[in-house]
Amino acid sequence: MKRLERKHPLAIRWFHWINFPLLALMIWSGAMIYWASAVYRLFGLPLNPPQKVWQKLHMAYRLADGMSIHFFIMWFFAVNGVLYVLYTVFTGEWRYLVPNRRSFIEAIQVTLHDLHLRKEAPPPRKFNGAQQIAYTAIIVMGLGSLLTGLAIYKPVQFAWLGTLFGGYQGARFVHFWLTAGYVAFFVVHVGQVVRAGWNNFRAMVIGYELHEVPND
Amino acid sequence: MTEETPVPPESEAAGEVPLIAEVDEEAIAAACAAAAAENDRAVDAELRRATRRGFLTMGAAAAVGAGAWAFLRSRPLVSGLPKPFQSALGVTDRVAMSYFKPTRLNPEYPPSRVTRARVNGGLGLSANNDPAAWRLTLQGVRGGARVLTLDEIKSFPRRTMITEFRCIEGWSTINQWAGTRMSDIVAAFPPEQESRYVAMETSDRGYYVGLDMESVLHPQTLLAYELNGAPLTWQHGAPLRLAIPVKYGVKNIKRVGVIRYTNVRPADFWAEQGYDWYLGL
Repeated sequence: MKRLERKHPLAIRWFHWINFPLLALMIWSGAMIYWASAVYRLFGLPLNPPQKVWQKLHMAYRLADGMSIHFFIMWFFAVNGVLYVLYTVFTGEWRYLVPNRRSFIEAIQVTLHDLHLRKEAPPPRKFNGAQQIAYTAIIVMGLGSLLTGLAIYKPVQFAWLGTLFGGYQGARFVHFWLTAGYVAFFVVHVGQVVRAGWNNFRAMVIGYELHEVPND
Repeated sequence: MTEETPVPPESEAAGEVPLIAEVDEEAIAAACAAAAAENDRAVDAELRRATRRGFLTMGAAAAVGAGAWAFLRSRPLVSGLPKPFQSALGVTDRVAMSYFKPTRLNPEYPPSRVTRARVNGGLGLSANNDPAAWRLTLQGVRGGARVLTLDEIKSFPRRTMITEFRCIEGWSTINQWAGTRMSDIVAAFPPEQESRYVAMETSDRGYYVGLDMESVLHPQTLLAYELNGAPLTWQHGAPLRLAIPVKYGVKNIKRVGVIRYTNVRPADFWAEQGYDWYLGL
């Protein structure tokens, strides 16, 4: 027998879907800023595509434009994130989201299951241990982006904050790699959503998930 | 679902009534299946409604968002940026300026941390390559404009600092500066009227910056004549340039020829190209 079960509260769905374009705009404008001094490397390779690629993407020579977008959208990105955290705190939703002592073992089990190395499926809770760790880490990363962003944006007024991240260039380094982290999160997140299927995805839009329960 | 006692068949009513009615399992299963099917139809209908509503709402929200973005980006340009983005920079700057405190200083570093100074542009360095002919003109000064020689500027207390020079592009160097505090200059040659801004131009007028008075009076704002222990080189703005580590590098104007106090926000070379006017750090 079919049953609709409430999964994601309305507010969380809005926070989630508003965050998506905001973070996309922050990363896009951030990349236009990074273009002006694309200094970082991954596995020894410079993270700086050829100028032709930047131009093809219309992201070259747009430092001023990128900064103006970054410093405009940052307000909405920060407010949306802060409201999300306050919401989860005041409604108790955080209980589903924040990892506990068992989450770490469970996260390993879930990962092994996803890699087809372990038979037992993850527990049928709203969020398994791996999800709890991922969804809490992404919020901590968001806070890190706000703080390192502030440390780069106003390095004299918030010199103490810069010191916390190893100085101006340290804060800039962390700010960049947190962004790379969002991109990695996005890839895994979308992959998992595709794997989990339509019912799970639809729940993030409409709030309800369809369940098959035994007739009673 | 509760089990219903099935009604005994007619034929048995005539005869002996059994103590326990025979359970018609098939009928029960059929009733259950019918009820389950009825439930599933209702759930499916509700799910279709909720799905339609949810996706329509999201589609509408996405359309509103995309429309708003397209509208904001299509507004006429003001100093290189669509107007709403220029206005947003202004709002953010007002927040930053209200938070600014002249007592907050750049961290200072030991001489061992000094790096090579980087030359990143030659704007405004075209004319007048004779340091002996160089003069600094102060305008908007009480009692009329003043013209100063390098020696007159050097007669003020010499200040040194080792601070980080941050380029708006993202890179930074650590440099040792020696020079005269702008606050000493402003004290010696005060503005003729209360001035919220200071305009500075290179000797050839090819490059110019606008600054807020608070940042100009910051104790780490110098009119520098030495960089990394040696007199300024031509490329670094000899004989006198601004060292203002509470601003990005672009505000550290080289070869200053004119300084003007004003109450009108001065023009700024890069602000005209879409960069933030304030650029306070």
